[in-house]
Amino acid sequence: MSSQTEETKPLAKKKKKVPFDYSPYIRGGKLPHIWCPGCGHGIVLKSLLRAIQTTGFPQDDIAVISGIGCSSRTPGYVDFNTLHTLHGRAIAYATGVKLAKPKLKVIVTTGDGDALAIGGNHFIHACRRNLDMVIMVYNNSIYGMTSGQSSPTTPQGMISTTGRYGSVEPTFDTCNLAKAAGATFVARGTAYHFQELEKILHEAINHKGTAVVDIIDACPTYYGRFNKYKTATEMMEKIEKEGTVSVKQAGTMSPEELEGKLLRGILHKSDRPEYLEEYNKLIERVQKK
Amino acid sequence: MQGNEACAEGAFYAGCRFFAGYPITPSTEVMEIAAARLPKLGGVFIQMEDEIASISAIIGGSLGGMKSMTATSGPGFSLMQEGLGFACMTEVPCVIVNVMRSGPSTGSPTGPSQSDVMQAKWGTHGDHPAIVLTPSSVQELFYETVRAFNLSEQYRMPVIILYDEIVGHMREAITLPAPGEVEVINRIKPDCPPNEYKPYDKKYGDIAPLAAYGEGYRFHVTGLYHGEDGFPTNNTKLIEETAQRLIRKVDNNRDKICKNEEFYLDDAEIGVFAYGLSAKSAKFAIKELRKQGIKAGLLRPLTIWPFPEKAVEELSKQVRAIIVPEMNLGQIVHEVERVARGRCEVKGVLRADTEPIKPAQIIESITGNGFFPSS
Ligand SMILES: Cc1ncc(C[n+]2csc(CCOP(=O)(O)OP(=O)(O)O)c2C)c(N)n1
Ligand code: SF4
Repeated sequence: MSSQTEETKPLAKKKKKVPFDYSPYIRGGKLPHIWCPGCGHGIVLKSLLRAIQTTGFPQDDIAVISGIGCSSRTPGYVDFNTLHTLHGRAIAYATGVKLAKPKLKVIVTTGDGDALAIGGNHFIHACRRNLDMVIMVYNNSIYGMTSGQSSPTTPQGMISTTGRYGSVEPTFDTCNLAKAAGATFVARGTAYHFQELEKILHEAINHKGTAVVDIIDACPTYYGRFNKYKTATEMMEKIEKEGTVSVKQAGTMSPEELEGKLLRGILHKSDRPEYLEEYNKLIERVQKK
Repeated sequence: MQGNEACAEGAFYAGCRFFAGYPITPSTEVMEIAAARLPKLGGVFIQMEDEIASISAIIGGSLGGMKSMTATSGPGFSLMQEGLGFACMTEVPCVIVNVMRSGPSTGSPTGPSQSDVMQAKWGTHGDHPAIVLTPSSVQELFYETVRAFNLSEQYRMPVIILYDEIVGHMREAITLPAPGEVEVINRIKPDCPPNEYKPYDKKYGDIAPLAAYGEGYRFHVTGLYHGEDGFPTNNTKLIEETAQRLIRKVDNNRDKICKNEEFYLDDAEIGVFAYGLSAKSAKFAIKELRKQGIKAGLLRPLTIWPFPEKAVEELSKQVRAIIVPEMNLGQIVHEVERVARGRCEVKGVLRADTEPIKPAQIIESITGNGFFPSS
């Protein structure tokens, strides 16, 4: 866990010109965050804030909603309408918030355990409904907050505290699951490719309907340590850089070369009617009678 | 009109415009009526994937600024417990209807029971307050549902309406009050500048104004213990303070929250303490007993939690015995014993066979078996 040390000095007066000012989006006094050094969650947050800015949504019109887990601590640090709910339930809470305040752009920040294990039911039904929201799955293939148990995305054979001899279970592919369940925007990014992630999130936020973004991320503290990755950087390079290819690149690769790699980029888009649009039509129809 | 229908109508009267639910007998009609009526009222109805989603959605809806409600029964109510705790901790108003059926487990879906009174109080983990209302007729269901929303908005917490299958499916003629005739209370919204807003601001006492998302007040809500500003804390003092405050906001207002009906109680030597459907049988029994010259009277709580301690204490000082008829194997009878502290005898008249308590059983418990000889 990171902590502010006494030596932390205020920023020097000769302030360097920073290309992006995060401060309007970060809640004063709520840092340091709880994330470990090397954790990818902070990078994902950075891409999210930049994406929000580029879409131009006013801060008052954004709601960030999470369940429970390391990734789910995101809402506490950012200055929007924020809600930190129960393990697995973020999407159901988000459904309520969106229906009650349709003008809000609702962004769910959730972990792979949160979204796909305990919250799996809400996840697939949100995709089916196509209510306008962004679901960002911070996918680090492990339960971080509870110290490294297997999650539905732990690759087979990998080590966790509940898979000590190698996980036996097959894994979910978040994107395939989302697409099959009916999500109208499905994409994958990584914490390593953070600029690309920013663009994907920009598109996801601008999409009208349920947008799922699977974000391959790293938990060096548990997944990394158990599975013999020496450093957080090595882990990011192996898992996120080498383990994924962009959709564009993939077009030029053979099936053998693609074996075992995850696709990055926007993987699916369709324009099925959005839930609230349909519901409002219904209201209009029954009120006319 | 049917009980479940009166409940839904009461909710709309109180300003409920958000309903999320999942079907379960014998509560389903509340949801079906919401599905039919809310779109016409311009409100939101959504059928969720399960009860966990339903309570989550109504809490979200309430934070979005709408008065929100769900309805369920035994097994569904069990699933909602974690969310109920969340609403207590975060102080988000919402109303949960539990039309009790017989259990545990799937039990008897159409079998009436009163076996969730303890679940309604202690179902979720941790120390927390509870407000639970127990109407016993169709007309009362309407009024008590309005009151449930009022209490929920006033005290910023979930309120549970608890009744059994018979009350839910019973048909009675009722009069619907005109708009404005019954008081409707809305939560207090902040009027301070957004940058000064704290969702649990102590300067307002135990209950702070609640903003809605998307109205210029950006605030944080978490189920973790939190300070005035809503952000998580590990500070033991703050945790203790919040835990105490949650309990206190109900405890200090018991007199305003508790509501009882008294029936032939003035000169009663035998008290009957009955809620919901059992109180109907109790009334009948008391009329019979009076004909026989036995001075029996009824204390009927419309609020079962917080438990009406004062009224029961008074009763225990006045009477020789308190009879507690319940459609369970003994839940509220223990509360009555606790409060009576041996000042009088306390006896449960219990059954869990999905049959209602009959007046004859109550009469028998008083006149038979030498318990209270009709001399
Ligand atoms: C109902 C419930 N069950 C279990 C837990 C314990 N718990 C807290 S966080 C967590 C896992 C989080 O993992 P993930 O969603 O993958 O997020 P990460 O911490 O890896 O970011 C679990 C199991 C809980 N809080 N609530
Ligand atoms: S435990 Fe893992 S997921 Fe959690 S903050 Fe640390 S590195 Fe990140």
